[in-house]
Parts: sequence; structure tokens; C-alpha cells
Amino acid sequence: MQLLANVLIDGLAYGMVLFIIAVGLSVTLGLMRFVNLAHGAFAMIGGYAAALLTREAQWSFWIAVPVAVAATAALGAVLEALVLRHLYRRTELEQVLFTIGLSFFLIALTNALAGPQVQLIVLPPLLAQSVDLGFRTLPAQRLLVIAAGLVVAAAAAWTVTRTRFGIWLRAAVDHPDTAATLGIPIRTVQCASFAAGAALAGLGGVLGAELMPLEPYYALKYLVLVLVVVAVGGMGSLPGSLLAAVSLGIVETASKYLASDWGGLFFFLAMALLLAWRPNGLLKR
Amino acid sequence: MSHSIRRSAAALTISAATTLALTSFGAAAQTVKVGIVGPFSGPFAHYGTLFKNGAEAYIASQGGKLAGKEVELIYRDTGGPNPGQTKTLVQELIVKDKVDYLGGFVFTPNAFAVAPLIQQSQTPTVIFNAATSAITDKSEFFIRTSYTLWQVTVPMAQWAAKNNIKKVVTAVTDYGPGIDAETAFKSEFAKQGGTVVESIRMPISTTDFAPFVQRIKASGAQAVYTFLPGGPPNLGFVKAYNENGLAKAGVQFLGTAEMDEFDLQKFGDSALGLTTAFHYSAAHDSPANKKFVEALKKKDANAIANYASVGAWDGMHVIHKMIEATGGQKDGLKAVAAARSLQWESPRGPVRIDPKTRHIVQNVYLRQVEKAGALLVNKEVQNFGPQIDYGLDK
Repeated sequence: MQLLANVLIDGLAYGMVLFIIAVGLSVTLGLMRFVNLAHGAFAMIGGYAAALLTREAQWSFWIAVPVAVAATAALGAVLEALVLRHLYRRTELEQVLFTIGLSFFLIALTNALAGPQVQLIVLPPLLAQSVDLGFRTLPAQRLLVIAAGLVVAAAAAWTVTRTRFGIWLRAAVDHPDTAATLGIPIRTVQCASFAAGAALAGLGGVLGAELMPLEPYYALKYLVLVLVVVAVGGMGSLPGSLLAAVSLGIVETASKYLASDWGGLFFFLAMALLLAWRPNGLLKR
Repeated sequence: MSHSIRRSAAALTISAATTLALTSFGAAAQTVKVGIVGPFSGPFAHYGTLFKNGAEAYIASQGGKLAGKEVELIYRDTGGPNPGQTKTLVQELIVKDKVDYLGGFVFTPNAFAVAPLIQQSQTPTVIFNAATSAITDKSEFFIRTSYTLWQVTVPMAQWAAKNNIKKVVTAVTDYGPGIDAETAFKSEFAKQGGTVVESIRMPISTTDFAPFVQRIKASGAQAVYTFLPGGPPNLGFVKAYNENGLAKAGVQFLGTAEMDEFDLQKFGDSALGLTTAFHYSAAHDSPANKKFVEALKKKDANAIANYASVGAWDGMHVIHKMIEATGGQKDGLKAVAAARSLQWESPRGPVRIDPKTRHIVQNVYLRQVEKAGALLVNKEVQNFGPQIDYGLDK
């Protein structure tokens, strides 16, 4: 019984970390259909900005995080406006090559500027403590990640399905020419959406840093996990990504409790089975 | 045929290089060439920097020359664990650059790969880091100035047994050195009458350590013996150990390289009181260590004194003594014979080379993380005395 509770709690916490890191890619790759393998690099930039602000500039965590996320969004917007927008109509292979090249460039730049060592984000006392759940303790930071994951999932799903901006975005992706003739400001929509994806990546980099520590190779190290979550969840389905992240997180955690000698086998086995069962995403038939 | 033509010919026709190496053998060595092989780019590049700082600081501390000879260090980048490429690079160093000595090596597979090359060319090779016992068995030209997991783990297990710790759980990363560490601890702890209640092997890709830490807590052990690769896995495990209240639940932390100075400051106050057994602490109180730390800082103000830089420093000392013994001539057999009986005062304490295994015999210390001013240090609280490499007898 205790074991089951442990698996569920740790699995949920781990799954939420996966979701918060993957949700930005769910926007750029899923909704905008732009194969953005530089997603990890954006997450890394958000995380590094937060580490720099909390540690070197000694800002409060609660101010540093929004600033770091905003900075990542701004960088995403600038890159989109100058470079990436030319790639939307290119083939997927060209998008892959360009964004993976961008990742390598940002890895080398980070290595040159900040060095190869792990960067830590200073947590406020409130988050640095452990919360007593009665039968065990859980780091308070994990509770913040779970809450943030739920808020982000709800807000993003609402924006995409219920607001005018969401309708514009879907129109701009599906039929850009028709959308343009209808007077939808496609360029603004694309740029804002990409910036939002970058912002979410940055947020994931910050909140996920407790489990996925920030270092220059961050940009590629966790990319596979993130791609798995988006693929299993289904392109462009934010609730799907959430469900995929939590299920895979629970599978991974259960295997750590019960069969750790098998390594990451069950995680990828679960991925293969889920993709075979629902190739277009967990929530799509 | 003049020497210069011969050299360029050798550069062009690598296939004929072996013959040419023989014909140009008589050339009088003006400078002693030392090839330093390690990762200088990629995720392990910091090891390369530690090697470079340690080796160059040593030469600078000797006034820029070793035994009156100019020394040229030739760096070669292996990236990560990459035996194939390492073999190619070392072959080039031996055949083309005609190095007299080799040094470096972070990863065990890379060291294994070059054993036949150094054996055939009789090139003395000093291992600055790679810590698997069997390496020095592979060629009689290997000498090692780092440590092995057996060397530091055996005294740790003995100490635990003496201090009324009866039940221990081992938690190691599931790869070569981790399994080495687990075997070393289990066999020695059983010999001392203790019980290992559970052996957990954690996949190398693990990022979330909470489940393993919960299992450790539930195992009912009084202590956890652990080994993880440095960097993110190490930080993640220690963080999970603290966040899940293991110290409070009375599960003591027993480690080896975990509190290495390269990562130490990043743990923050959560590292206070953690116990490790290891051969080098930057806080070791001796004139030799002060000299070492000062020489490093003079080379580079941000240089870090840790097991890798001290391994390079002492490695250069061994090379220094080999140059002295051979008068700067290339004579691998004579050089290694001289190295076998070396003993000196290292920054880590008194050390010597074991004539049989060519591995370094050194004191192992029990350390506890403490605060000295604003910085964390590994304070040596007990000296276990000189330890050999126990792994080779197994």
C-alpha cells in the first residue's frame, strides 16, 4: 500500500517535471508544426538566466523566474523574426538541421561563457524545505511544479481552444494563405506563438532544474524525453501531453521501485506500446 | 637524406612510419616530449583543464624544466570514453610525434585500448585518473598516480564495521566503476561481519533519484554506501538524500569521490556532515599541499585542486623522476624500473609506487564536509594510513 502510494506520488512529481519541460515543444512542434529541436536550448537559456539572477545578482526567486521566462520569450521572438520564420515553409529535414545546429551553437556558447559545470538556481526557503505528507516527505519544490504544470496545461488549452488568438493560430497553421486573406495578422500570430513556446521552454528549464540540472549539454541531453512526451501525447494536444507525461512518469518511477536492474527499458516499452495503440496521440482516436 | 626530409616523409606516409621511426631513432633528443591524453572538449572537458593545470603548474614549480631538460607537452583530445579514437591519437603521438612519455587518461576503456601500443613501443604511460584496478595489469609500462575504488572503499567498509554499523544498503550507478565499488564494499564489509541488506543499481540515465532514496529508507539500513559519476547524477542523488530526510531518519551517507572539490560548493549547506573516504582533500594540511594549491592558482586563478589535478601533478613528478633516471634519453625499461621504487611527499601526503603493481600506495582519509568561512571543505577527521590497491588480488 505504502509502495503504491510512493509510486504514485513520485511518479506524479516526475511526470509533472517531464510535462513542464515538454509543454513548450508541444506548442512549437505540436501546434505550429515547426520541428524545433532547439527547444532544449531555450529551456537551458531560461534556466541559466534564473540561475544568474538568483545567484549572481541575488534577486528573489519569485522575481527572477518571471524575468528569466520573459527574457527567453524575447529571445525566441527575436530569433523567430530574424531567422526561424524563413524555415516554416522549408522541409522538415531543413528545420531539423537548422535547429540542431542552433542547439550545438548555443551549447558551445554556454560552455564558453559559463563553463562546463552545473549551475544551480537558488531556491527561496519556502521551496527548499520538505513537506511532511504523514507517511513520507516530499520536497516543496515538487508541489510547485505540480501546481505550475496544472495551471500551464489549463491556461494553454483554454487559450488555444477558446480565445480568438487560438483560432487565429490554428487558422494560420492550417491554411496560412486563406487566413491572410481573411485579415488575420499571421506574422504577429506566428511570432507571438513561437515566443510563447520559448517562454514555456524557459519555465520548464527553471522548474525542472531540480531533476534535470543545468549544464551546457542540457540542450541535447533531455531532448529525447521531451520528444517522447510530445509524440505520445499527440501533436498539438496539450492535455494529451499532460496525460502522456504523467503516465510515462509513473511507469518510469514504478520500474525504479520494482525493477531498477532493467534501466530505462519500461519507459521506452511503454512509449512503444502507447504509440502502437494510439499513433496520433493518447487523446485522439 | 636529411632529418627534415625524413620527418616530412613520415608525416606523409603513415604506413611507412614504423620503418622511419627506426631509422631516425639515433636523433639526439633536444626536448623531452610528453603526450597528455584526455577530454579537452565536450561534456568532460573540465577533466582536460584539470590535467592541463596540474601538469603545467608542476613544470612551472620546477622552474620550467624537468631534470634540466626542456619538456614539451602535447595535448590530444579524446572527447568522452572513445577507445577507437584514443588508440589512433596515441599511435600518432608515438609514431609521428615520437613522444617519450604519455600521461592523462580519464576513462578506463581508453586506457585499456592503448595498452598494446605502449607495450610494443615501450612508452612509459602515467595514468592521472582512470580508476579500474585491472589497467596496470595490461602493460608493464603503465604507472598510476590516481586511486582505485577498491583502495578507498576497503578502509571505508572497515571503518563502518568498527563504528557499530551492522546493516548497510549499497546504491551505485549501474556501470563499470559503480559495480566495482559495490563489489569492493560488499566483500570487505562481509569480511568484517556486517550485512549488506540490499544492493541497488541505478540506471546511468537516472535523473529522479527519489524512488531509490525511498527504497534506501525502507530497507532499514543504518547507512548507505554509494558511488555515482560526478556532475548531475551526483548532485541529484545527494539532493534526494537530503530532501527525503534520510539523514534525519538515521541513514548515514558513506561515499568516496562524491564530495570532490569540483562539485562540492554546489551542494550548499545540504552537504554538511556527509562522510567520505578518499585519498585527496584540497583542505589537506601540509606544506606540500599549500605549495600545490599556490602553484595552481598562479597558473590560473580559477583552477581547482582536486583528485584529477593532484593526479596530474604527481604524474608529472613521476615523469620528472623518470627523465632524471634516463638522462632525457628514450629508454622505457630503465624509466619504469626507476619509477617502481619512487616515494615522495605528495600534496595528498606521503606516497610511493608499489614496485609490483606500479599503482600508487597512499593514505586514505575519512573526511567530513565542514564550513571554512563561506566555503565548504572536506575536513580530514581520521587517517586510515597507507593503502594498496586491493582490487588486483581479487
